[in-house]
Amino acid sequence: MSAIVQFENVGLRYGLDSETLSDVSFSLSSGGFYFLTGASGAGKTSLLKLLYLAQRPSRGVIRLFGEDVVTLPRKRLPGFRRRIGVVFQDFRLVPHLSAYDNIALPLRVSGMEEGEIDAPVVEMLNWVGLGDRGQARPATLSGGEQQRVAIARAVIGRPEILVADEPTGNVDADMARRLMTLFEALNRLGTTIVVATHDLPLIAQVSGAQMMRLDKGRLADPTGTLRYPPQSQSKPQGNA
Amino acid sequence: MPSHADRKASAAARHRLLPGGRLAGPMPWIIAIMMFLTVLAAAAGLGLGAAVRSMSADLAGRASVQVVEADAQVRAQLAARTLTALRSSNSVRAADPVDPAALADQLRPWLGDAATSGDLPVPALIDVMLTPGDAEAKIGSLRRLLANLSPKLRIEPHAAFLLPLAGLMSALGWLSAGVVLLMILATGAVVVLAARGAHDSHRGTIDVLHLMGSTDVQIARLFQRRIGLDALMGSALGFSFAAFVILLIGLRLAATGSDLIGAVELDMRGWLILVALPIFGVVLATLAARWTVLRALGRAL
Repeated sequence: MSAIVQFENVGLRYGLDSETLSDVSFSLSSGGFYFLTGASGAGKTSLLKLLYLAQRPSRGVIRLFGEDVVTLPRKRLPGFRRRIGVVFQDFRLVPHLSAYDNIALPLRVSGMEEGEIDAPVVEMLNWVGLGDRGQARPATLSGGEQQRVAIARAVIGRPEILVADEPTGNVDADMARRLMTLFEALNRLGTTIVVATHDLPLIAQVSGAQMMRLDKGRLADPTGTLRYPPQSQSKPQGNA
Repeated sequence: MPSHADRKASAAARHRLLPGGRLAGPMPWIIAIMMFLTVLAAAAGLGLGAAVRSMSADLAGRASVQVVEADAQVRAQLAARTLTALRSSNSVRAADPVDPAALADQLRPWLGDAATSGDLPVPALIDVMLTPGDAEAKIGSLRRLLANLSPKLRIEPHAAFLLPLAGLMSALGWLSAGVVLLMILATGAVVVLAARGAHDSHRGTIDVLHLMGSTDVQIARLFQRRIGLDALMGSALGFSFAAFVILLIGLRLAATGSDLIGAVELDMRGWLILVALPIFGVVLATLAARWTVLRALGRAL
């Protein structure tokens, strides 16, 4: 499998503070399923922001889809972002839009004709079990329902990479398992999945997943129960 | 090729991205007030400009010749000779003596009945209309002609009497143009502030759109359309009220019956310029909104 994401000695600093991420190097294979773990404040969200192009690194090289995105002109970023689906920790649904319109957003952004939008959006609503909640505003949806709308929005454009930041943080264990099942189904369709979580039992449920662990902004060795990603350039320091 | 219904549905979906209430608010009303004042100021400037032009055209080709002679009989003879000399000049299109009775009527409010008694040596007056061309040169040649005829003859170009008034009207016209310019700048500034405010209040939606791959132009289009619509409504309202007021003032001016005040009028060209103002306002607001939002977006990644 070819590398779809490559980080080389990436560092990220906000203002004059010390580095939030330091010397992060790894590569992710196309079609892989990856977990990113670490304690709160370890830098998981910052790393994901670099991944979904919400932030540029202070140093180092990031290659997405084979291109260096650090030096990429700003006007070319939208094209790359359309190839990445993001499930935000806080969902970030547009509050004045219905569930239907929220899910349809990526298709409209990509310029799809209105007549072609309805079928995939309805299909996606049914897929996440919200077929009868299409016209509901986010405020009237439960946390789990909002989460599913956010996931449907992230995957409707058939992204090559799906990035999810603590996607199970706001849902119960049953819903968390169902979400992982959704991610696995997507992964089987060829989407590279990157999920940031500190829910270790959840990670153990996904067979074939690989893991990266962040510790104080540095990519550290994985826990013993999880496999180290074969393509990663960082070396495990302890028991692998 | 998307169908009409498809395009309509697509446009409606785009418009839903920005909730209406936040931008609508006071913007159309502020623009309506500014457009009202701009159109009034422009109308004043155009009307005064027309009056100055009309006055200049009238005055530039006219002059009065005074026959200053105390003896009434000699004055009459000199006036007759002067009239003949003027009518034979190439510079003169028409020369007519002012009726002494009409002159006395005009002097009566200041001099009383003495004006008609003949005791006062009131000069005889001849109204001269010059042929088209360089009025100043023609006045000079007539001045030489009259000097050769008699030292008791004086010529006064009418432009000299009303020059200060024409200057005042011209200055007021320029002042109006300045006010229009300031109002345009203020309208642009209001739109920039409104667009910045709208951009800030929709930051969350913009961030989400950006991360989904929206281009800056796609996002700016949402704002420029909304602000353009606000400007369209405000401009139409402001222009309608201003046009109504201008028509009312026009009727009042016409009712005065004064030639001078009546000269303050708007011709078709003037109305076309006034109609162009709201159109220009909408274009200005739309472009200012686009520029502001693109600039703000350019600061983000």
